[in-house]
Formats: sequence, C-alpha cells, structure tokens
Amino acid sequence: MTWFISQANAQEQATVPTEGGHAPDAVATVAHEGGEHGGTFPPFDPSTFPSQLFWLAIVFIALYVLMSKKVIPQIAGILEARAARIASDLVEAEKAKAETDAAIASYEAALAAARAKANAIAHETRTRVSHEIDGRRHAAEALLNDKLADTEKHIDDVKRIALDHVAIIATETTEAVVEALMGRISRDEAVAAVTAVSSGRH
Amino acid sequence: MADVRTDPIHQFGIHKLVDIKIGGYDVSFTNSSLFMVLTLAVIALVLLWGSSSRAVVPGRAQTVAELSYEFVVKTLRDTTGEAGLRFLPLVFSLFMFVLVANLFGMIPYFFTVTSHIVVTAALALLVIFTVTIYGFYKNGTRFLKLFVPKGIPVLILPLVTAIEVISFLSRPLSLAVRLFANMLAGHITLKVFAGFVVTLTGLGAFGFLGALLPLIMVIGLTALEFLVAFLQAYVFTILTCIYLNDALHPGH
Repeated sequence: MTWFISQANAQEQATVPTEGGHAPDAVATVAHEGGEHGGTFPPFDPSTFPSQLFWLAIVFIALYVLMSKKVIPQIAGILEARAARIASDLVEAEKAKAETDAAIASYEAALAAARAKANAIAHETRTRVSHEIDGRRHAAEALLNDKLADTEKHIDDVKRIALDHVAIIATETTEAVVEALMGRISRDEAVAAVTAVSSGRH
Repeated sequence: MADVRTDPIHQFGIHKLVDIKIGGYDVSFTNSSLFMVLTLAVIALVLLWGSSSRAVVPGRAQTVAELSYEFVVKTLRDTTGEAGLRFLPLVFSLFMFVLVANLFGMIPYFFTVTSHIVVTAALALLVIFTVTIYGFYKNGTRFLKLFVPKGIPVLILPLVTAIEVISFLSRPLSLAVRLFANMLAGHITLKVFAGFVVTLTGLGAFGFLGALLPLIMVIGLTALEFLVAFLQAYVFTILTCIYLNDALHPGH
C-alpha cells in the first residue's frame, strides 16, 4: 500500500511543478512524505477556501431557513395531527366499548326478566291446574259418596220390603199348606202360627 | 502520467464550473458547490416533498422524513431537555447536511463535500460560536462556571480549570477534524484498494486472480464507509447537542 501511495503521489507530483511550484528534484522526498505537505493536496489548498465557504454559507443558510420555516412545521404538524387522530380514535373506541357494554347489560337484564316472568307464569299455571284437578276430584268423590249412600239406602229398603214380604208369603204358604192338609183356617190363626214359629225360632 | 483511475487524491480535487469573483475573492461555482446545492436539493426533496401529502398513514418518503425528524428530536431532547428544542432547526440542518453529503460521497464519481477541512471547520465553528454566544446571552457570566466544576478541592481547581478551558477550545478542532479525517481517510482507503484491483488486472491472468483479494476488501470497505457516513453525521450531531447542553445548563 505504501508503495502504491508513493507511486501515485510520485506520479501526481511529476505533473505538478507548474501549479505547485515544486522543483523537480523535490519529487522523491515529497512522495515519501505522503503528499499532504504538498501545496496541491486539495483539502489543504487555501485558494479554494473562499469559494467553499461562500457556497457553504449560501447553502447552509438556505437549508436553515427551509428547515425552520417549512420542514419542521410541516413534519411536526403531521405528527401532531396523527397523535390527535389516534387520541380521538381511542376516545371513540372507548365510547363504543362503553355502549356495547351497556347494550350487553341491558340485554342480560331483559333476558333475566323474561326468564323470571316465564317461571312465574309456569308456576301460576301449574298451581291453577292442580287446584282445578283437586276441585274436580273432590266433586267426583262427593258425587260417588252420595250415590253410594243412596244405593245403600235403597238396598236397605229393598231388604226390608223383602223381609216384610217374607212374613206375608209365609202366612199365605202356611194357609195354603194347612188348607190342603187340614181344611180351612182363618187368616189370623195363620198369622199367629207364623209369628209363633218365627219368634220361637229367634 | 497521473492516472485518474488509480490516483487516490484525484477525487478530492476542486474544479471550477463557473468562474465568479466578488471583491477580489474567488467564489467560483465549483464541483464542491454543485454537490452542496445537490445536498440541499435532496434534503428538500426527501423532507419537504416527501411529507407534502401529510398522510396519516405515511408512505416511504414520508416515513424517511418522519424518522429523521424524530431521530434528531429525540437525540436533542435526550441530551439537552425541552429547552434545547429551540436549536432543532440548527441541529436538524447539521445532521441532514452532513449525512446527505457523506452519503453522496459513496456514489462513484460524486464529490464528497465533507472531505474538505474548510467545510467541516466552518460547521464546527458555527456550532461553537452558537454555543458560546447563546451561553453568554442566556447565562451571562454564569456561563464561565462551565470551566469551574463543582466539588473540586481549591488546591487543584486552577489545574482543572485550565484543562476545562483547553478542552473547550479543542472542541471545534476535534469536531472539524474528526468528520474531515474520517471522510478523507475512508475515501482514500477505498480508492487505494480499488486502484489495486485496476493495477493487478492489468498484469495478466495471475494478476487477475490476485485482484480478487482487494476486490473483496473494497466490498467490505464500502459497507464500512456507509456505516461511517451515518455514524459521523450522528457523532457530529450528538456532540453538537452535548455542547448546546453546556450553553443551556452550565455548571453540570
């Protein structure tokens, strides 16, 4: 690398003397010093300084004005607008979420109310129906009891009439049997005989 | 004899494009001036035109504009606090100018404005004068506390103060030389290795193979130089911020 730089500088130096004012015999030593001490090394050439400073001043002042008057307000404006937009969107989202929560709550309240109402109706209906069934059963039982009582009374009557008829039949039978065996007897005698027999049997 | 293809110094040469003379001074429009104007044009194009749509959801150019803005604002605010934001136009201009000028230098045949010490020195002096003038304007003589740190024993205070003064005075020098030397050395190194490739390929088949090594070096160095281009712009910016912080809050 050193060789290369030396070569390059040597080559450059060889062309320089007219502008740089180096004597040709200085070429070898300058080449070994790296060239920076030569008056022609461009960054250290004072003849270009006024031009560079002049244009740097113009460009940098223009840049400064551009930055402070245009670029910074514009970009700051964009960033502020975005921050404001995000903030307002967040607020809106928060509001929407609150609305959703309220809607869910009211829905659940309505659902609970409807369920309670349905339960109440079911309970009421069940009670009413069971009362009705009870009433009807009671009525039916009372009716059946009445009928039972009537029937029992009727049976008793029939039994009593039948028993009464038994005495008459016995008397008539006695009359008929005695008449066939021994001739006529009076009704009274027959009754007395039957009574005597039935009472004696008891 | 001087071969433009392999001469590492040739790229720093300044050539007059339009001859202008004002009051005996030669202020010709040169290739350096051209690239300063191009730098300004590119900055305006990216930052102003890129963000001109003012979209809520930014496009590519607007993202670049917003990122560079937020990067500089964050650097400035972190270093100097809210009070330092009054210097945003200056710091943003410095960062964008140095960055774009450095990156321009990475394009072959383009001139690197920041590889000339007079340019970096002018920018460094601008920073130091801003710091000194604003420091005295804002704090009056309290600005001198900068050179008298707190909690130092009286015995060694003169020594420390002397060191602080030297440190303050060397700031513009280091600021200017750091940027200038980085750009100059980087571009010379690139050109030297690229020159090896050219020279070796001229030596036949063997040289052609030998040229592979410097070629790989050039590729690596190009990537490194892109990093340096950004890094030096950032270093220049953050040092500006640190010096501005001294003007805003001396005595820290």
